[in-house]
Order: sequence, then C-alpha cells, then structure tokens
Amino acid sequence: MSSISRRLPVHVVLLLAGVVSLFPLYWLFLTSVSPTQYVVRVPPEVVPRELTVANYQRLFETTPIVRWLVNTVVIAGVITAFHLLFDSMAGYAFAKRRFPGKDVMFWLIVSTLTVPAQVTLIPVFFILRTLGLLDTYPGVILPGLADVFGIFLMKQYIQTLPTDLLHAARVDGASEWQVYRRIILPLSRPALAVLAIFTFQRYWNAFIFPLVILRDPAKYPVQVGLATLQGEFNTDYGMLMTGAAVAALPMIAVFFAFQRQFIEGIRIGGVKG
Amino acid sequence: MTAALRRYGWSYVFVLPTFALFVVFTLLPVVQGLALSLQNARVTGGEFIGIANFVTLAEDPVFRQALGNTILYTTVVVAAQVTLALVVASLIQPLGARSRVFYRALFYLPLVNSAILVAIVWRWIFNANPFGLANTALGTIGLGPFLWIGSSDQALIAVILSAVLTIPGGGVVLYSAAIGSLPRELYEAAEVEGAGPFAKWWHITVPLLKPTTLYLLVVYTILAFQVFERVYIMTNGGGPNNATITIVQLIYSTAFQFGRYGLASAMAVVLFVMAIAVAVVQFRALRSDVEY
Repeated sequence: MSSISRRLPVHVVLLLAGVVSLFPLYWLFLTSVSPTQYVVRVPPEVVPRELTVANYQRLFETTPIVRWLVNTVVIAGVITAFHLLFDSMAGYAFAKRRFPGKDVMFWLIVSTLTVPAQVTLIPVFFILRTLGLLDTYPGVILPGLADVFGIFLMKQYIQTLPTDLLHAARVDGASEWQVYRRIILPLSRPALAVLAIFTFQRYWNAFIFPLVILRDPAKYPVQVGLATLQGEFNTDYGMLMTGAAVAALPMIAVFFAFQRQFIEGIRIGGVKG
Repeated sequence: MTAALRRYGWSYVFVLPTFALFVVFTLLPVVQGLALSLQNARVTGGEFIGIANFVTLAEDPVFRQALGNTILYTTVVVAAQVTLALVVASLIQPLGARSRVFYRALFYLPLVNSAILVAIVWRWIFNANPFGLANTALGTIGLGPFLWIGSSDQALIAVILSAVLTIPGGGVVLYSAAIGSLPRELYEAAEVEGAGPFAKWWHITVPLLKPTTLYLLVVYTILAFQVFERVYIMTNGGGPNNATITIVQLIYSTAFQFGRYGLASAMAVVLFVMAIAVAVVQFRALRSDVEY
C-alpha cells in the first residue's frame, strides 16, 4: 500500500508526459473524423461532438492517396527485401570468413558512417540523372540499398554464432551457399526481424530523397504526396490531417505487432531517429 | 588463380552485392560531394574554383542565419531530449517490469511516425490564427494570441517547441537498458552511508550513465543538425524572413530550386565537418573517461 502511494505521483507524471507526447497523434485522428466546420472552430474541440467520414471521402475521391500508399509499400518493401538478403550475406562474410581486402572494405564502410545523407544527396541525383533513372522507381530504390547500418547489425549478430556449427556443416559436405542458407540465415532470424522493421520504417518515412528524385506525382510515396497537399495560403486541413492519419496507421499497426523488435532494435542498433 | 578463386570466390559472392551498391551510391557520392564543393557547379557542369564557395557562404547572411538557427535548434532540442530521456528512464526503472514495458512502448509509439506527419499536426497546433490550438490553450491562462509560425520572431520558437514537446523514446529505451545493468553493490553501499534516493541518483546513477549520455548527445546532435521536414512543412521551407531556415533546408533550395549544386555541396560539407567535430569530441570525452 505504501509502495503504491509512493509510486502514484510517478505514474501521474509519466502518464502526463505520455499524453503530451501522444497528443499530436490523437489530434491527427480526431481532426480526421471531425466535420470541417469544427476543424476551424474557436475554441477547438478536444473531445469530438460529432463524427464524420466526410474527410476520408474527400481524401479518397480527390487525391491519389491509394496510389501513394501502394507506391510506399512497394518502395519500402523492395528495399527491405534486398537489405535482408544482401546484408545477411555481407554480414556473414565480414563476421566469419577470411579473404583479401576484407579489412579495407570494412574500413571504407566504417569511414562513411558519420557522413550526413545530405552530402551524398546531390551526387546521387547526378548519378541517377546519368543513368537515366530520375523519376523512376529504381531511382528511389537503388540508393536505398546502399546504407550500411544493416551490414553492421548482421555482422555483429553473426559474430556471436558458434563457428563450430559452420565447420561441422562443411565436413558433412554442405556447399558454401548451403552453409549460409541452412545455418546462418535461420540462426539470424532475431537480427533479421530487427533489420526488417528498421528498414521498412525508415523507407516508409523517407522524404528528402524521393522528393528530389521523383517528379511525377503518380510515383510519389505517401510522405511526399502529403507534403504536396499543403498549399502555401489555403490548405484543406481536414483532408491533409486525414491523409496524415491514413499514412500513420500502417506504421502504428506494425509497431503494435512488433513492439519487442522495435525496442530490441534500439538496444542493438542504437537510436536511428 | 583458380585456387584463389576457389578459396575466396564465395566470400566475394557474399560481399559484392552490398559492397558494389555501397561504392556506387555512398562512397563515390561522398568523394564527388567533396569535389563538387570546390566547383562552380550549376545545372550544366562546372569548373574548379578552390574554396570560393566557402568564402561565399561565410559572407552570405542567409547561410549565417541557417547556421545560427541550426545551432540554436540543436542546442535547445538536444539538451531537452537528453535530460527528458534521463529523467523519464530513471522514473520508470523502479516500477515493475510490466509498467516498464508499458511506458517504453508509450514513449516510443509517437516516434514510429514520419517527421512529415508530425510536422503537419504541429503546423496546425502553432497556427497563427486565434483558433490555433496553442493559442487557445494559452488563451485560457490569458496569454496571446501569438502569431507563431506567421511571425519572424516566434516561428523558430514554435519549431523548437514542437521537437521539445515529444518525449525521446529511443533515449528512454537506451537509458533504461543502461540503468538496468548498473551494479547494485554501489547503491547498497550508499544506503549504508544513509544516502537518500536523489543523492543516490545524482551521485551514482548519473555519473555511471556517462557513456550512454555521450552516445545520445552525439546521435541526437547529428540528427538535429539535419532538421529539415519540420521546417519544410511547418513554415513553408524557411518561414517569414528566413526565420526558421536551417542548413539542410538551404541545401535543398540552393540545389534543387536554384540549381547551384556547387554552393549547396559546400553547405553539405560544412554540415559534414560539424558532424565529425561532434564525433571527435565524444571520442575524446570517452577516452578521458577511461583514464581516471
């Protein structure tokens, strides 16, 4: 009893902080189901008086939001799939194999870690222009395959796997590919789950690269599409907030489904934003 | 030759897909980015002009404004984020395991959403109109209405507030893990000496968390240096009289709206040097930690 009364103020403080932190999200969903006249009301209604789907109707009828969502799923999904394959392969080689040039390659990768993405933004734009990939899906996807976080994550994890297992498999006649496919991959599942979630979240939320690379609004991912719904002087806030709510839902669902991997990912991979 | 291929071939098969992509889309661009900063690169090619771009930047009032805004934003936001993360993680720790899991999730949930979505809401909250939410809330205690993002004095404050008012969930999780692994004996010794909860926290927990604190300072600083979406969305890319312009916002407009790629690359290099400086300071601080 005394412990509860001692902890109560702590819970109150933490819950208040949580409410403030979550408020923008609440406001987003609240506005999306509020009639337009309440969106610009004085004072704003924090608890809804009337619910409507009018904003959703307007959003789906007048904007290519569905197309944008599909684009985002494809772009983030393809990038994630390739990272899972390539990073686990490279992580295995860097963790468990010896070959000439290994240290130089790894050192090169490490040396670019602190480079802010904006340094490569303009050159990548030039390279894509030379390759004729501006305003194409491959143009958005290829640069996304080049970030090195996943190589590290997989190398760190695969290093902890027992090397004896690999030797035993080779003695039993397993080919090098089978060692990777049958032993490394299945044992790396926890790290792969973390990598999948981090990568998908990162490219679901990506903004500046697709903004620069894509011109055709039909190819936009949802974040870039939403930004174009905002006019400089008059903006349909009801619709804009509804679009944001629709874009938020999938990530929130992913979070609730894979909470443990999110938290684990921060512990293994650090804060990524 | 074939022997070497048989011996190492598979290693290269495993490494090359990633490494080739890394070379083409990260390594070469970094080198080219540095080279571009020394060129007069416009839409159609450019020539070597030495450090002229950096001289231009040093004299450009808009770039100075962007640099100042970025540093001010970073200082306030990072100080708030690290402090909030430390306090919240410390408050969570003594609670039961289930409460800890609940609060970590509660504080991480807002962060799974993109900076764009968050900025869209904050733009609405800090609307210049009297019906903006911030104005209504402050109005109930007799303050305002403020112009917020519509005013050159208050726009940056609104952008900073929008960042400060979110609990940094990632930092909470990291601090929480670090606190959980601190040695219990030190606390027991302190209790024998009669130390209260605050004294124990201030004299034992906080100093022992120094490596985590340094790590978070660096990561949050480098992230804050790159603030872009908030400014782009909340204040239409810079606000009245460039009140909220930041380095990345200026890189974006200089390169992709005005086609001055060389000058924009020079700004990116300045950002790069700032990031390196922060990383070096962290490295020094950690090393000095080992010595005493």
